[in-house]
Amino acid sequence: MLYRTAGQFKTSYRADQALFPIKQDSFLLGIILICAWVVFPLTASEFTFQTILTPILIYSLAALGLNILTGFAGQLSLGTGAFMGVGAYACYKMITLMPWMNPVIAILLSGVFSAGVGVAFGIPSLRIKGFYLAIATLAAQFFLVWLFEKWSWLYNDNASGAIQVPNLDMFGLYVAGPQASSITQYYLVLIIVSLLTYVAINLTRGNLGRTWKATRDMDIAAELIGINLMKSKLTAFAVSSYIVGVSGALFVFMWRGAAEPNLFDIPLSFRVLFIAIIGGLGSIMGNYLGAILIVGLPVVLNTVPAALGIHIESALVEHLNIMIIGSLIIFFLIIEPHGLAQLWRLIREKLIIWPFPH
Amino acid sequence: MELLNKIFIAPFVDMVAAPDFLMQVLWEGLVSGVLYSLIALGFVLIYRSSRIFNFAQGIMVVFAALTLVGLHEMGVPAWLSVFLTLAVMFGLAVSVERIVLRPLVGQPDIILFMATIGITLFLIGLGEIIFGGENKQMITKELGIPTGSTDFDILGGYVSFQHIDITAVAVAGLLVTSLLLFLNKTRMGRAIRALGDDHQAALSVGISLQTIWILVWFIAGIIALVTGIAWGSRAGVSFALEVIAYKALPVLMLGGLESIQGAIIGGLMIGMLEKMFEIYWGQPILGGNTESWFAYMLALVVLLFRPQGLFGEKIIERV
Repeated sequence: MLYRTAGQFKTSYRADQALFPIKQDSFLLGIILICAWVVFPLTASEFTFQTILTPILIYSLAALGLNILTGFAGQLSLGTGAFMGVGAYACYKMITLMPWMNPVIAILLSGVFSAGVGVAFGIPSLRIKGFYLAIATLAAQFFLVWLFEKWSWLYNDNASGAIQVPNLDMFGLYVAGPQASSITQYYLVLIIVSLLTYVAINLTRGNLGRTWKATRDMDIAAELIGINLMKSKLTAFAVSSYIVGVSGALFVFMWRGAAEPNLFDIPLSFRVLFIAIIGGLGSIMGNYLGAILIVGLPVVLNTVPAALGIHIESALVEHLNIMIIGSLIIFFLIIEPHGLAQLWRLIREKLIIWPFPH
Repeated sequence: MELLNKIFIAPFVDMVAAPDFLMQVLWEGLVSGVLYSLIALGFVLIYRSSRIFNFAQGIMVVFAALTLVGLHEMGVPAWLSVFLTLAVMFGLAVSVERIVLRPLVGQPDIILFMATIGITLFLIGLGEIIFGGENKQMITKELGIPTGSTDFDILGGYVSFQHIDITAVAVAGLLVTSLLLFLNKTRMGRAIRALGDDHQAALSVGISLQTIWILVWFIAGIIALVTGIAWGSRAGVSFALEVIAYKALPVLMLGGLESIQGAIIGGLMIGMLEKMFEIYWGQPILGGNTESWFAYMLALVVLLFRPQGLFGEKIIERV
């Protein structure tokens, strides 16, 4: 009923190939965008910005990067956390070496460094496949985190071994550091995330995206029809690490404010992987759905006992959260192995043909 | 020049100058290598019979050790708590098969892999709630494991062997031998290998997928308990043990995901080489703590030449 497609005729190939061939989809997207750009910033509190809105955006960007590599190009990676770290440290070094630099430019440039590192660690993917490659990306994970700790040049030789975000301003407005307001940071993150999502959607629909999908589905067959595997895999690593690196820079500069090397350790990688897989591999929208679930769930779980008037120790709540998240991951994998995006696709399909299912 | 000397000459001079110290380093490496092998063995067993990359093996080690110690702390005699722990691991195997794996049969590998990460998180939470997060002492004395150490006169110096380590190596050897016998000589073992070769063919000759999966996860649980006891008596039992699971992954890569010999030889190699690298190269040149990544880099280099690991099945690809 809501998704009545009757009467929407396409008269050109261009219209048929459009991003949202059905009017209701663009309408829905419009509502979501209005919410994200106008409604949430007007109504949200400081707490909501810090615990829900900004982290969801940053995590979905990281998952988007991973999804390009794993979901679109089929190369399983467990080193996302470390690549986020490369982005964060690169951004920190640029900001401290060149304080006059525009923070947004620095954040966007920091992705270039992690793209370089990503390509270097992606080279083995030309020979190694499947789980062997997954373990190989763990080499990047452990090596880079070790490097963040031991290479004191990276954190300007300070005693704590952590990086601290200084106050940064853009046109007289603080955008990072202790003095920046959450709403500015939220808008900045939103702009970068929207931009990169738009780029990613178009990349995956174009020539490059098809090359990646062919590589994912069967790389030998792809090679036989004339796809240069080296180019395809390495571009996937580069684009993916770029996005992941930018999200890492945002993670530290727009949200955490400070970072120690172990922040980028393996739990972060897994968290991003959960988001990508629960959201749906090979889907752009899935990353957002997954991030909402994985970031939002602990917040909800923390408030439920208090709302019900039950007093539980915070340590117990934390452990219960881990258990519940673990079981939910299994639960979602069982009900829909292709992720939340597929779930939405099915619902949408049902809505379109409702109430006559034949 | 200074650096080249540090890399290529000084370490070897040190080795020759103090052969007893080298022996000690190698022995320490061998013992950790044995434990890596044991964890890798659990991985390999499950991978061979179901093509599931079982990430939960590491946490199963922690969980088994915690259950054992926790039961003993509640006043259960040591021998009984071993049996009870085995029962718990059996229960775990059954529930994993029933709740998680059965609905996911035939899904892509990565989905099953994610499911085992889900199991890992669940077990971490459960273990923390039941047994608490603090470091516990392994009940070595109550289990009758000899403690203390013996010094041997070797190469003009002393090399000290902890009795716990000797026991661990012996038990691991015994476990591996019996496992190989079981896999190669018994009906069940053949069924496990058949399932690994071809699921559908195995099902069509009447091998029960469910039974075998439960059996395999139970065996992995037993291996986890043995590993937990051995490692726990060296370092105490806590969730910090979980990191050794990450040590078993490069072992798998190096040895090949399907190969039992690979797991053993790979584990021993990585154990000894990473210790040597840390002592002779890592600490003097790189600032130490290289053990966290050395094994991965080693495995990565080997894999560039042999993409299936040293002993893995040759990868044949068809379109």
